Amino acid sequence: MDYFKTSLDQLHEQLRTGKLTSQQLVDETLAGIDKIDPDVAAFLAINADGAKKQAAAVDAAGIDADQPLSGVPIAIKDNIVTKGVVTTAASKILANFNPIYNATVVEKLAAAGAINVGKTNLDEFAMGSSTENSAFKTTKNAWDYTRVPGGSSGGSAAAVAAGEVVAALGSDTGGSIRQPAAFNGIVGFKPTYGRVSRWGLIAFSSSLDQIGTLTRNVKDAAQVLNVIAGHDERDSTTADTPVPDYTERIGQAIKGMKIALPKEYLGKGVDPAVADKIKAAAKQLEDLGATVTEVSLPHTQYAVPAYYIIASSEASSNLQRFDGIRYGFRAKDVHNIEDVYVRSRSEGFGPEVKRRIMLGTFSLSAGFYDAYFKKAGQVRTLITRDFETVFNDYDLIIGPTTPTVAFKIGEKVTDPVTMYMNDILTIPVNLAGLPAASVPAGFVDGMPVGLQLIGKPFAESTIFQVAAAFEAQNDYLAQIPGGK
Amino acid sequence: MISKDSVAHVAGLAKLQFSEADLEKYTDQLAEILDMVEQLEQVSTKDVPVTTQSIHLANVMRPDVAKPAEPVAELLKNVPTKKGTLIQVPAIIDKEDD
Repeated sequence: MDYFKTSLDQLHEQLRTGKLTSQQLVDETLAGIDKIDPDVAAFLAINADGAKKQAAAVDAAGIDADQPLSGVPIAIKDNIVTKGVVTTAASKILANFNPIYNATVVEKLAAAGAINVGKTNLDEFAMGSSTENSAFKTTKNAWDYTRVPGGSSGGSAAAVAAGEVVAALGSDTGGSIRQPAAFNGIVGFKPTYGRVSRWGLIAFSSSLDQIGTLTRNVKDAAQVLNVIAGHDERDSTTADTPVPDYTERIGQAIKGMKIALPKEYLGKGVDPAVADKIKAAAKQLEDLGATVTEVSLPHTQYAVPAYYIIASSEASSNLQRFDGIRYGFRAKDVHNIEDVYVRSRSEGFGPEVKRRIMLGTFSLSAGFYDAYFKKAGQVRTLITRDFETVFNDYDLIIGPTTPTVAFKIGEKVTDPVTMYMNDILTIPVNLAGLPAASVPAGFVDGMPVGLQLIGKPFAESTIFQVAAAFEAQNDYLAQIPGGK
Repeated sequence: MISKDSVAHVAGLAKLQFSEADLEKYTDQLAEILDMVEQLEQVSTKDVPVTTQSIHLANVMRPDVAKPAEPVAELLKNVPTKKGTLIQVPAIIDKEDD
């Protein structure tokens, strides 16, 4: 299957009319992965037998004419648990972990007839911006194999960008869907906090984590979100508000839409060539009848430090469960219970995960809590208020997704602070719990640039409307990644 | 500036251990990260409440209905070592103390 030229709607049409069976599509997809993945290294596990069985069942039951995902293979980030399919979070500590239940999003995809074709690579426990922190393999950028795919959903992004699958699930704690989408020239969508259930998402930072989508087309993202969104009794932080049809406003004109462009998002640290692409995108949106006005989000520069305290503190707490007792890696030759804990964790976790556990434990420890965790939580309030102020007058905020295009493998991995600054434009959104997307906005030096669109809480439809209007003006998807 | 001793203390709290060389590396890196975090001191946060979550829900209730749980064999599937239906762990008392 040529996923470069086929949208979900087009796949669905072929499946619905019997030109293609789900089993044929799964076979073609597996063959494509066999051919492409040795270079791209997006997958940690291929669910070949499971996918074939699922496809046979869908074919036997008949393609659901009203469900665009029916019979379609989709890839799943490997921090989302899948029953009977090993789920590692790209960590040695979970190398053999075989979940006994499915995440809610996996259940929902299966109920819609989507096929779990495999699990994609990530930074260990989703901690990173390059997928280099995986304990198992280095995923490549689909456009240039010497560059990172971004992270932490680098496997999902590269798999979609390289044409291995039409769509993949990711998770976004500080930009982990949008940044790799931008680096790979595809669409990444992070819904409002509480829009999608986190049940079965291996917890990193529970107040920030949100599951979302990676696709080539805007409408495909809306169609996948239609399936995975909604309240879940098993995640009490999910919103009990109705889920609209996210495709509803796709195709509608954006005339009169009030769009804000924060000056901080084009400022220091942002590559001028990237900034130019965003200004050109703003001009295109104006040509479509929207107004684009410069605004200020004055606390932007404090988002990265606040985030690293909050996310690491929550991570240090969430990752206490990995103790070598009930599941996961247990160190050999341990002689007492303290040894089991300390050696299993020290041998099981990789360096970045340890760094964040240490930072979080420090921030929460006696004597430092007020200066670090509490202070970061207060700054988080101010960042949220910045957005609220702008959203009093505007429908949408735009900016670059990342300060630069994808960097080289190995370039930043030894310098944590430089790596963290890469997320400066995506992190504020997670702190405020807002929905946001990254859509392709052109190329700098042959590498893709992402336009970020940030909406009010639960205003996903506004993002889809503007993103689709922007997508229709451009043909960036006509350019196919060359790899190399 | 964070000291090597503080880092060793935090490692103990986090149930992690580091080689002497790694302890030095982590001390340097944490110092660098905390340097970056110190920017937050420039922000006036007097009387600003702490945000710990963004969805603003409280006391989410559901009916307390008993449901079938996973079978024991299934629940024990990922246990590293077991005896029958029990999780087997090393002796809690250090063997060297015997």
